[in-house]
Amino acid sequence: MSLRIPAQVMAEIQRHAEQQYPEEGAGLILGSLDGEDRTAHSVLPVNNTFEAEQRGRRYLIDPLAILRAEEEAERQGMSVLGVYHSHPDHPPTPSKFDVEWAVPWYIYLITAVRQGIAAETRAWRLQEDHTQMMEEPLAIEQEAR
Amino acid sequence: MSSIRVPTALRAYTEGQVEVPTEAATVGRALQELAQRYPGLAPHLFGAEGQLRPYVNLFVNDQDVRALAGVQTPLAEDDQLMILPSVAGG
Repeated sequence: MSLRIPAQVMAEIQRHAEQQYPEEGAGLILGSLDGEDRTAHSVLPVNNTFEAEQRGRRYLIDPLAILRAEEEAERQGMSVLGVYHSHPDHPPTPSKFDVEWAVPWYIYLITAVRQGIAAETRAWRLQEDHTQMMEEPLAIEQEAR
Repeated sequence: MSSIRVPTALRAYTEGQVEVPTEAATVGRALQELAQRYPGLAPHLFGAEGQLRPYVNLFVNDQDVRALAGVQTPLAEDDQLMILPSVAGG
């Protein structure tokens, strides 16, 4: 499995992460599937609905927001491929809480934000046995597909 | 007949099916039957002790079953049971 993502979509993810700092920012990745290969076409920023005082280290996307995103993606001939979120002043690696709540099949992009500036973004996916998340190849493309 | 709507993330385990018809009388029974029909889906709905995974939300006709009778919520003709993930992390 791999994820290709246009540079301008990645820039949008990183901009959202910076705007939400010091809270975690999150959203959904919409795109197309070709077998195991996924190509992101756009992102849908969503509200972090976790309790306000914990949004610096937690995020939550309402299930009805997922439903609306799936319906919108289907109208555009796309799918919800996964989720992006930020780790303010923490590395872009999954936390224990990330693993506990991870949905199978989704790709998870995690962006580290250091002192308000977005840094590295890495891609992860839950193992089928739900024990850990494994890193996936992430290709950032300069030209929109 | 009522139906179960499968979210995108779980369709890899239902042979791509988006809607699965069911004659089950309750939400819980419908889930059990779905897991029996698609054994690869079962570990993604239920944990090792049979509890629902934390990200699994169940809605009947846009209403969260937590506000109804949970997995005992009855399913009537033409009801739609939606499995919706809530996405969270830290």
